[in-house]
Amino acid sequence: MPSITKPIAAHPSLAKNQLGLTIRDYEGSMSTLCAGCGHDSITAAIIRAVWELSLAPHMIAKLSGIGCSSKTPTYFVSGAHGFNSAHGRMPAIATGANAANRALTYIGVSGDGDSLSIGLGQLSHAIRRNLKMAYILENNGVYGLTKGQFSASSDLGSKSKRGEPNRVSPIDPALLALSIGATFVARSFSGDKEQLVPIIKAAIAHRGFALVDVISPCVTFNDHNGSTKSYSHVREHQLRAIEADFVPPAPEILAEITPKGVTNVTMHDGSVLRFTTLPAGYDPTDRQKVYNYLLEQQSAGNVVTGLLYVDESAPDVHELANTSELPLSQIPFEALCPGAATLAKLQDEFR
Amino acid sequence: MPDSAARLNDFAIKLANPNGSGSASANGLLMQAMFRMGVPVSGKNLFPSNIQGLPTWYEIRVNGDGYMARSLDYDLMVAMNAQTYERDVKEVRAGGFVLYDSSWPLDPRLMRTDVGFLGVPLAKMCNEQFAEPRERVLMKNIAYAGSMAALLNLDMKVVEQLLTEKYGGKKGLKESNQKALAIGYDYAAKHFNCPLPFHLGPMNENGDKVLIDGNTATALGCLYAGATVAAWYPITPATSVMDAFTKLCAKYRKDPDTGKNNYLIVQAEDELAAIGMVIGAAWNGARAFTSTAGPGISLMNELLGLAYYAEIPAVLIDVQRVGPSTGMPTRTQQGDILSCAYASHGDTKHILLFPANPAECFEFAVKSFDLAEQFQTPVIMLSDLDIGMNDWVVPKLTWDDNWRPNRGRVLTAEDLQEMSKYFRYSPRDADGVAARTLPGVDAKGSFFTRGSGHNRFGVYTEMPDEYQDVIDRLLEKHQASAKYIPAPVVLTRPGAKIGVISLGGCDAAVREGLDQLAAAGTPADYMRIRGFPFDQPVTDFLMSHDYTVVIEQNRDAQLRSLLTLETGVPKEKMRSALFYGGFPLSARQVVESIQKFEEK
Repeated sequence: MPSITKPIAAHPSLAKNQLGLTIRDYEGSMSTLCAGCGHDSITAAIIRAVWELSLAPHMIAKLSGIGCSSKTPTYFVSGAHGFNSAHGRMPAIATGANAANRALTYIGVSGDGDSLSIGLGQLSHAIRRNLKMAYILENNGVYGLTKGQFSASSDLGSKSKRGEPNRVSPIDPALLALSIGATFVARSFSGDKEQLVPIIKAAIAHRGFALVDVISPCVTFNDHNGSTKSYSHVREHQLRAIEADFVPPAPEILAEITPKGVTNVTMHDGSVLRFTTLPAGYDPTDRQKVYNYLLEQQSAGNVVTGLLYVDESAPDVHELANTSELPLSQIPFEALCPGAATLAKLQDEFR
Repeated sequence: MPDSAARLNDFAIKLANPNGSGSASANGLLMQAMFRMGVPVSGKNLFPSNIQGLPTWYEIRVNGDGYMARSLDYDLMVAMNAQTYERDVKEVRAGGFVLYDSSWPLDPRLMRTDVGFLGVPLAKMCNEQFAEPRERVLMKNIAYAGSMAALLNLDMKVVEQLLTEKYGGKKGLKESNQKALAIGYDYAAKHFNCPLPFHLGPMNENGDKVLIDGNTATALGCLYAGATVAAWYPITPATSVMDAFTKLCAKYRKDPDTGKNNYLIVQAEDELAAIGMVIGAAWNGARAFTSTAGPGISLMNELLGLAYYAEIPAVLIDVQRVGPSTGMPTRTQQGDILSCAYASHGDTKHILLFPANPAECFEFAVKSFDLAEQFQTPVIMLSDLDIGMNDWVVPKLTWDDNWRPNRGRVLTAEDLQEMSKYFRYSPRDADGVAARTLPGVDAKGSFFTRGSGHNRFGVYTEMPDEYQDVIDRLLEKHQASAKYIPAPVVLTRPGAKIGVISLGGCDAAVREGLDQLAAAGTPADYMRIRGFPFDQPVTDFLMSHDYTVVIEQNRDAQLRSLLTLETGVPKEKMRSALFYGGFPLSARQVVESIQKFEEK
């Protein structure tokens, strides 16, 4: 039962973050996913990332749609506000929630069915609006809860458990996002926590919509030979071409001289993305080049991972709409209602 | 032979035009001028789902006694559309008049001997007076308005004043309009016996009234209720709700100190997303709403169930149009009653409000937000195209500055600090409502919202008793809301044996029809239902009459079905009078339908 809560018996020597909380304070209920599920590793990475960022749990809103991946918000940060909504509709719920209160941190968790089939429209439009949220797409290329159908991210020729090859062209969320104006695109692997944690931290710090596509093998329905989303296939084909650290805002670091071979990208909130490894000629702020590079590597059968693209210059929904800094949900009624005298006067127009 | 008996302030005009020709501004000008003369007037725009070329009609009814329903007896037909001449000329009552453009001869087959034909060479005169092709077309409309001013005794000073207000800063436009008006006026004054036997005379009925459409009034209600988030997808006939809300917010919701907007309006990618945004915003503590029509309601069904089951307030404005499917987008109907009452899969019941005119659109829009937050559930206000898009004369809208929103049971950080532990759906109050918390307010208030099975503590469950415990409370909550729904308006007449039940935009026609029936010796009581769930007075009315006639604008007797399902009154007590062709109801239709039952 997802309602089972883990006993919290934090060892006194556990490290504490700036809020004085240990990583155990950011855990959720016991996972009910299959043993070895990639999603549980991503859950662990999310917990690590928000703990390291010292986010107050109750200032986090964690949202999801429907599917195995969408169950996971129960498994992290039980002190956060959660919303397990409807299949493919999480982006709209998140848009409304963000509209009402821009002060919270929005973390969305979705899967390839939720995001690339039933919810493709909503995902695309959330990207277009540059809604400020970290959107984690737990991508396993298969429908798990309904037992093994191909999803829209199944690669051509990738085999189902019964051995049938997929013959329908896949949707690559990273390429799609880049083509419709995404301002933050990353791809990682659930088995690579070292890479994933800084990416999630950067996604949370990003000015707008951050898409994090995480290949997350399904141990029950898509981890066999012939599947391109199995642990062994992804381990063999993962190309860690782009390595980046996330450095939170701190004046002394900004003042530091950038070492040779390191590219820094300063984020909207003052934090820094420090790219330590990049392919020759690669620029993580050049949409066209990133797109071409991904296509090339995809043709070669490589799964490129890392923080692929970032644009900190684009305004988010609220900046575009010139919304009040004070969350709309907190504006007192007196400031919202124009009053009786105004109503009387404005009706002159209707005479 | 045209009728020569004089009638003051009691007539109906129908103006037939091809759409996209600019007739709307001339028709609006006529209607507004009559309103300014202090005369009770109503206008019905019967327009096509099209931008240019298809037939469009505008009806103006003047009635000194204040009857505002659509009239089917046209005294004057302004026939400006060759496509529809034949039908239009036939519709004029015997003794009435047809005003037509005599620049070209009228086909003699269209002539009637019992109607007076008034030919004005509008196109010819406008071609002589105006150089620009587009101006010639547009000014033809103003020219016929000028002729009508002479024929109907319209106060030209009022018309002049309106043109000044409208085109104050645009001298050229104002002069063109004045010129066109004069051409038409002078021609009519010279060639016809002005005024016609039926015509206008100044009255003083509109001093405390306004001329406003329901969608604008709805938007005003949302503004005054404190809505800060709106999400929508463009759809006729609801688009003007959000257009008006956008305009109002731009004017009245900018923070004077910071210049920042105290609102956010999102044009969503579809109605699925629009309702999702409303739910997300309301979950997070904003007053949020969407405006849509039937096709949008169909799409929103999915998430309406989520809001209902997870108990999240949401306000929907459904400006109904003719269905099913795309149906007739620019025609009016009351066809969404059942689909709204039980929207979404599984056991669901929603709170519905039925405004009858723009004044109630304003009042009920405000009420919708209070009910949604008080009962933590979606509220759907069912307006319709007739109410929403036509200009109605209603008492000036008023506001009480002491009014404060009822945000329902929402816990503050202080409340939470006093509690040992918070659960979302427990404990409940007498109405079945449990306290909610808003994200970010306090660490103790965090909870997990889900559309999946949950128990009274908000925890996931698949156990029958735990599931039923919650779903039964939702039913109790819905029942409890009945006493907060606007009570039905009941009008009784001595000696009445039958009761007439109606709702929404049928009201004006039903009242007028019942007055006529009473005068003819068949008094009937009347109950106008203003919301769902129904409270005891509704059942009492049904039971206290030999039989009742439920008048509504749909094929399937949806209100009657809902009454049958939800009151336990035997359906034999109710008969149906159904009008679903898409045009607003008239008193004549009401009278004829009730007489039919009385004859049986």
